[in-house]
Amino acid sequence: MNFDFSDDQKSLKDQARKFLADKSAIKVVRGVLNDDARSYDDALWRGVAEMGWLGAAIPEEHGGLGLGRLELCVLAEEIGRSVAPIPFSSTVYFFAEALMLAGSDAQKAAHLPKVASGETIGCFALSEGPGAPSVSSINAKFDGTTLTGAKIPVTDGDCATHAVVAAKDGAGVSLVLVDLNQPGVTRTTLKTLDPTRGHAKLEFKGAKAERLGAAGQGWELAEQVLDRAAVLLAFEQVGGSQACLEMATEYAKSRYAFSRPIGSFQAIKHKLADMYVNIEVARSNAYYGAWALSTEAAELPFAAAAARAAASDAYYFCAKENIQTHGGMGFTWEVDCHLFYRRAKLLAVQAGSPAAWKEKLVKRLEQRNAA
Amino acid sequence: MDFNDTPEEAKFRSEARAFLEANVQPKSNDKERLQRRLKPAEYMKAAKDYQRKKAEAGFAGITWAKEQGGRGLPPIYSVIFNQEEAKFDAPSAPFSIGLGMCVPTVIAFSDEATKDRYVAKALRGEEIWCQLFSEPAAGSDVAAGKTKAVRDGDDWIINGQKVWTTGAQFSDFGILLTRTNPDVEKHKGLTMFIVDMKQKGVDVRPIHQASGGREFNEVYFTDVRIPDSWRLGEPGMGWNVALVTLMNERLAVGGSYGPDYKEIFDFAKGINSPAGGGALIQDESFRQKLADWIVRAEGYKLAKFRTMTALSKGQTPGPESSIGKVINANQMMDIANTAIEAQDHYGIINDPDLAPLEGSFHQSYMFAPGLRIAGGTDEILKNIIAERVLGLPQDVRVDKGVAFKDLPTGR
Repeated sequence: MNFDFSDDQKSLKDQARKFLADKSAIKVVRGVLNDDARSYDDALWRGVAEMGWLGAAIPEEHGGLGLGRLELCVLAEEIGRSVAPIPFSSTVYFFAEALMLAGSDAQKAAHLPKVASGETIGCFALSEGPGAPSVSSINAKFDGTTLTGAKIPVTDGDCATHAVVAAKDGAGVSLVLVDLNQPGVTRTTLKTLDPTRGHAKLEFKGAKAERLGAAGQGWELAEQVLDRAAVLLAFEQVGGSQACLEMATEYAKSRYAFSRPIGSFQAIKHKLADMYVNIEVARSNAYYGAWALSTEAAELPFAAAAARAAASDAYYFCAKENIQTHGGMGFTWEVDCHLFYRRAKLLAVQAGSPAAWKEKLVKRLEQRNAA
Repeated sequence: MDFNDTPEEAKFRSEARAFLEANVQPKSNDKERLQRRLKPAEYMKAAKDYQRKKAEAGFAGITWAKEQGGRGLPPIYSVIFNQEEAKFDAPSAPFSIGLGMCVPTVIAFSDEATKDRYVAKALRGEEIWCQLFSEPAAGSDVAAGKTKAVRDGDDWIINGQKVWTTGAQFSDFGILLTRTNPDVEKHKGLTMFIVDMKQKGVDVRPIHQASGGREFNEVYFTDVRIPDSWRLGEPGMGWNVALVTLMNERLAVGGSYGPDYKEIFDFAKGINSPAGGGALIQDESFRQKLADWIVRAEGYKLAKFRTMTALSKGQTPGPESSIGKVINANQMMDIANTAIEAQDHYGIINDPDLAPLEGSFHQSYMFAPGLRIAGGTDEILKNIIAERVLGLPQDVRVDKGVAFKDLPTGR
């Protein structure tokens, strides 16, 4: 039994934590929060590129470090913990994973080195409006060379250079690869719950595009990309949840009411213990997802759904109870609780809502039992 | 990351498996178990035989030192044996508290002669032990026990009452937490003893539980004599001794009880949802709850794998393993409740011949309230997580600096 990260992976995690504590300190996050013109921190983006993180899981032949997905998981946890204001998940978990999953050799050779260097910022465009995306909800059209339609919202869509877009292609759905810096693309920045990350509506009017993967296979590919991203996002969510628990614990030890630390009251203790239990459940499921992702196990769809469902619920719970533990101060702009509360909601919905993943989990249990 | 045993662990696991296959029946379903149910005396004989074979084969006291008749192996081997044993109908229950908690305490706090007298017999299943801590006015606050021990020459004389004692009716010995000095602070006036459960003045009365069963007991002590040589630890140091016992409780990584998500998943295919719209398994609100149960059950199982990994590397599990019972007891209750309500009016029937799964959802429903309390209430376990894992300060203590006899008492 070795259900843990290796010493090398743990030291990568320590290194990442130190780097982010310095380069993604809360003032950096707030710099993006308080400036409507910026949707990410460019210096931090260049920093993570220099550290090699953007290419951590990209093979060396395409300019990456050629490490495994487990290394990416430990980085994701630290990025989540620091609420890093960079388009890391969109570029690495979605765009690069989609390329590695479905890209031709030429597409990989053209794009992956630029992802690894930080030159390309990627995004993944599925949603076209309220409600969970489905094959029938996709109206964007691809005619073999050009793309027409609109995607809203697209996380990091306002700063991305490229997008992977799900579009109708004849009878089915295909994934297509689009350069966003061309005349056929219009971006409109969106106001969202989490201003530390950029969001846009992307409109395509005959934009030049190319297929990623086989025609008509787009929905299945998108599901596979989402499964991979779900595991990585779960680590970001666990990292964020853990940060909330630590903030709440520190505050409960130092804040006095009725002449004693509020952490000595059982009402607070039990709240924090519940946070701990939720995190342990989420972390354990996320580890299983990491194992399945890194070994390309047949259990990945089930493990990814469990990890995502657990982590989305844990982060919401920890973020809201962190505010509650902080009392009135927790409801101020100056105290950082709301940054996590905001990010918790972005991460919960950006790759499909908790309810959607819980339904997937049960479906996958049914499939597993039928097999 | 992998889920494989090391070569040594794999070898041990296959030895354990071979031993179990040769000596006990594979796990049966509830119906078979009902049919095969033994009378208490027959069960106890089978249990003692099994324990003796375990000891002879080297599967009792796996982590104990060799001089205590153990095998001197790291805790991971004990977990591996327990995992394999759980796949069989092994009659090991009567020994779990004695060997898991009581005898390790005896080993830690007694001299060679005492150890020679008790340890080997316990390991071979010849003598059974129980733990006598809880009292009517000392549950979560177990250090508030009032059972009195008064020195009389070379003996101590015991008077008082213990409660919720598992296995007292068939135990030969117990470890007994007593109040020897009511004039000092609560935690400082306690002393631990070994007590002979078969002697005059020890009166064991089964408790008729809310669930209908009688698995636990009240134990009354009336002028019971214990020689001073049976004392564990110094007089007044009983709380420190008790903490060692309770620490060993944590090493017993608990399993789940009763039907879990797999059982209710199968059940839900064959019954209509009371909310309408076809089978329960098609009911969206049920599916969302089912997902939550999967996440929690798998999360708990996987958390145990993380604990095993730590054990495998030679680390000891800390208080974080307290999360198991908080998750399991509540989930067991919730699943049972959902399964019963799903049957609508019929759900009230718990007759094993008529109820689904031989009434095991009903058994869960009635036993879960006890499980949320036994071995540390949900609330106490959360206090442990908050104080020992997260480092939050203790609650304000109104019993500090006050003699035990002067502490306020309610009912």
